[in-house]
Amino acid sequence: MIQIVNCSVALLVLLLAIFTTVTRKVFAASFGFIAYGLLLTLVWVQLGAPDVALTEAAIGGGLTGVLLVGSASRLRQSEADGGVERPGLPARWIAAVAAAIVAAALALCVLAWTEPAPGLAPQTAASMGATGVGNPITAVLLAFRALDTLLEAIVLLFAIVGVWSLAPDRAWGGRPGRAYRSDPEGLLAYAARVLAPIGIVVGIYIFWVGADHPGGKFQGATILAAMWLLLWRAGLTDAPPINRRWLRLTLVGGPIVFVVIGFLGAATAGAFLAYPDGYAKPLILAIEWALLPSLALTLFLLVVGAPQRLATG
Amino acid sequence: MSTSTIFGICAALLVGFGVFGLVVNPHPLRKILAFNIIGSGTFLLFGAIARRGAAAGMSGDPVPQALLITGIVVAFSATAIAAALLLRLLEQTGSISISADAPDNAETDTDDP
Repeated sequence: MIQIVNCSVALLVLLLAIFTTVTRKVFAASFGFIAYGLLLTLVWVQLGAPDVALTEAAIGGGLTGVLLVGSASRLRQSEADGGVERPGLPARWIAAVAAAIVAAALALCVLAWTEPAPGLAPQTAASMGATGVGNPITAVLLAFRALDTLLEAIVLLFAIVGVWSLAPDRAWGGRPGRAYRSDPEGLLAYAARVLAPIGIVVGIYIFWVGADHPGGKFQGATILAAMWLLLWRAGLTDAPPINRRWLRLTLVGGPIVFVVIGFLGAATAGAFLAYPDGYAKPLILAIEWALLPSLALTLFLLVVGAPQRLATG
Repeated sequence: MSTSTIFGICAALLVGFGVFGLVVNPHPLRKILAFNIIGSGTFLLFGAIARRGAAAGMSGDPVPQALLITGIVVAFSATAIAAALLLRLLEQTGSISISADAPDNAETDTDDP
């Protein structure tokens, strides 16, 4: 019975992927991708990965969707000239054959799974007690594979530097994105006023329970960034100019705390990012608290885009 | 057929659709979308592998699951850079064509070579 549900979900995911690939309108494809991301969330739940499901819903469907729809609406006037260089029929057949070969090779790998399945779950369960956290994903992200998480935070910083460096010279240091105005009594402003406080509470809750239950700083920070985007889009607040000192300090604050704790580990526990005995949980929580504002601000600014307006005031 | 096999095959097909869309769609934003479909297919394949590693009372292997969270966030930041590049291209040349010979005004509009 459950496999029938799984097969139907897999089929729907594939249909949405086909729709996103072949539909003629860029706008429709972007909305198709949002639906696709939300449906993938269901797949992650079926695969026993609630933490990944939360991330997929918040980032894969949510923030990526907002980013793509926003870009599509700014590209709308140029949609016509993007479509003129459609490749000819032979090229499309070659592409179809190449894609089929890639899919077939991967499917063969899936059908030839090795038995027994490899995995690190027993080792994680055995060592988790030392970290003091109850959620194995958090234990992996911030203790066993903390280096990955540190580098990820730095990748996000590089990404924001990359996006900002695409600003025209005259707008450097100014406010990113467009300024939105909306009717202060209108529906969007009303929805933003009602939703934002609830969303902020949900985001902080998801961050807070992450130590012991599904959730964590990435998911929580994404929800906070989404609420900020809603307020910005409704015209209730504006994106800050990128030359503000508090903004720069918030962006680098989380990664700096992470690196400092890493070097403290090198001095006291013998390895970079190692935690001294008995201090693992407080140090993990300190890193999470420091990363939350940095991640929320970075994700918000990545969606808003490059600076475009001169700083005023 | 087990859950991980069903979604593993689904993931393989998603990567295939993504590769096809990446090659045949001339619109750069559609290419970014197709690239994201390849990415999510890859993540799903990894998730199916994580599901098979379920043991010790956990619903899946937590190590690949944690790496997936990292991967999804990094994929988002790459998408944000790609979209910003595209908008800058439009601003600079007035066209979003990425073919070698299409935008005639590209050379005349830019002020530096």
